Amino acid sequence: MPDLIDIENKGFGRAGLTAAWPICLGYFPIGLSLGVLAQKMGLAPWQMAAMSLFVFAGGSQFIAVAMLESGASSLAIVSTVFMINLRHLLMSSVLAVHLRGVSRRFLALFAYGITDESFAVNLTRFNQGGWDVRSALTLNHATNATWVISSVIGVYLGQLLPPGAVGVDYALTGMFICLLVFQLRGPIFIITALIAAFCSLLAYLWLPGNAYVIIASSLAATAGLALKRAKRKREGKP
Amino acid sequence: MSRTGFLILMLAMGVVTYLPRMFPLLMLSRRRLPGWFAEWLELVPAAILSALIAPTLFAQAAPRIFSLGKPELLAALPTLLCAFKTRSLAGTVVVGMLCYWALKQVM
Repeated sequence: MPDLIDIENKGFGRAGLTAAWPICLGYFPIGLSLGVLAQKMGLAPWQMAAMSLFVFAGGSQFIAVAMLESGASSLAIVSTVFMINLRHLLMSSVLAVHLRGVSRRFLALFAYGITDESFAVNLTRFNQGGWDVRSALTLNHATNATWVISSVIGVYLGQLLPPGAVGVDYALTGMFICLLVFQLRGPIFIITALIAAFCSLLAYLWLPGNAYVIIASSLAATAGLALKRAKRKREGKP
Repeated sequence: MSRTGFLILMLAMGVVTYLPRMFPLLMLSRRRLPGWFAEWLELVPAAILSALIAPTLFAQAAPRIFSLGKPELLAALPTLLCAFKTRSLAGTVVVGMLCYWALKQVM
């Protein structure tokens, strides 16, 4: 019944697109400003498109563009990008739990679209239940398309939106705050989040680069787990 | 930089970005995780989200210094309240954007 399968797929696709909108809204102005920066640094539109397609990681692309301009060596650029994106190890590990029994090909395709934002939205949906992996994949690709297109538009047309139009540069922060609230499903989650915020801030202020996310979140999750286990022991449960 | 050189650099950047995204998916989605690890992973998302947000709210970017009173932080209060009360992602994002925009107008 190819028709029926097609209709089902369309449903999952639409669900993915609907869930993607806050991310796309947030990505658009960031992609534009990346394009503007890249154009100032002498990158051609095809170069911007290639970078956004191959890399698809906002923070590291900004840094890579700046490093290209300053004449940094390719090795330095690649290792910086690697360090910045190591945090996705954690996000991918968390998502793996929800992608059991999925083919390797699908996993390979899905992995490409894991960003801070798609991770946060897909995970929330998986936790709420009934979130199909096809919807999750659609969300990844919709956000990727927005990213590639907006960064290339930035190169061609410059700052299309006035900076800060109706607070659009707060879209992703607002989204993260809300998704964090959805994660706070008990006291131990709140304590873990507070420890993470504290560690992240310290690491951000004291260490250069972007290691603060992975350092703070692994420390905080470990501390949270230790507290949870200690409490269980005190209460005499196994 | 030549056209080929640039493409090779992009490819290399793509590979080092892709590997941390793919490796855990392939390794972990097919095996039973030990109990402690599954419990640890359950706490990771709250930790990641909090770690991502904290510097945006409490620190200036260049130079990196601690800061209380950024519009990002002030706008976070109604945003947080809205998230707790409505549990609506769409509503919260819009409230956050409007509060931030309004604060930027006055500050």
